[in-house]
Amino acid sequence: MELSSRETWTVIHGLVLGTVFLLAFAGGLAGLWSLRPGLVTTQGIRERMTRLYYGTWIMAVVAWATVITGTWIVYPWYRAALARVGEDVFAGCAGAVRPIDTCSPRDFLLSNVSGTTEAWHSFGMEWKEHVAWAAPFLATAAAFLVTYYGARLIARPWLRAAVIVMLVGAFAAAAIGGAFGAFINKVAPII
Amino acid sequence: MTSTHHDAETFPELADLELVDKPDGPGAAAILAAGIGIFVLGLLTTLNEMSEGIHTFLDAFDGDGGVGPLSGKTILATVAYFGSWAVLWVLWRNKDIDLKRTFWIGLGLGVVGTVLMFPPVFQAFA
Repeated sequence: MELSSRETWTVIHGLVLGTVFLLAFAGGLAGLWSLRPGLVTTQGIRERMTRLYYGTWIMAVVAWATVITGTWIVYPWYRAALARVGEDVFAGCAGAVRPIDTCSPRDFLLSNVSGTTEAWHSFGMEWKEHVAWAAPFLATAAAFLVTYYGARLIARPWLRAAVIVMLVGAFAAAAIGGAFGAFINKVAPII
Repeated sequence: MTSTHHDAETFPELADLELVDKPDGPGAAAILAAGIGIFVLGLLTTLNEMSEGIHTFLDAFDGDGGVGPLSGKTILATVAYFGSWAVLWVLWRNKDIDLKRTFWIGLGLGVVGTVLMFPPVFQAFA
């Protein structure tokens, strides 16, 4: 039972960081949602705010770690152009049923040598690689707002709602990236 | 500082926390910077398809790292995000800025940026 270096990075990028992000988002959202007048005592506010600071900042840091490892470590393995031989762009993929040494995941998907797979790249990967970067932008701004306003968010329901919108937006961006990443890695795994 | 929100007077739960009032400028800067970062990423994604020169420029950011034009798009969008946040912070740090208005502007920028990085949209310019 072992993982290659590439498989290990794929697991760190998608599974480990993704799981922590999801947990932090759930904690942050629950904390913000219940941060309302009448629901918490003064002592409860102190206890809740500490958890909220940790939750939102962990979410922001993990979002950055996810997009940086994804873009700068995993993505080059995915998009390497390995299959071209002369004029034939996908010659190295002939007969392949999954990516091989002469056929990167991107080559494999675009070649359609094993079913109709092109849209996994032209739509799925193209969307995922861009929209996922909205997650750290939104999560960092939301974490800052939670830290800057702190318990004052209780008295500002509109601002609290705006921060929730930003957190949910960050989660949605990460969910699109995560879902397509999981599907694409199933159809054309990085080896 | 020009802020006068009186949060603790409005909600007694906050009175015992002895919170110091703060201006809304830094909060508005964070909100708008997020919208700017997403908008710049979307704009560069579409421009990358429209212009071979811009594609080459964005592609050069990682040397031979294999990331391609995504390297330029994400680096420049990140610079726009933190850069705009820093500038707005300096300009607004002691001011009360209309948070609702800033949020709607930031949301508008974010939505436009998201549309511009949706494959059927930016691929239409290829």
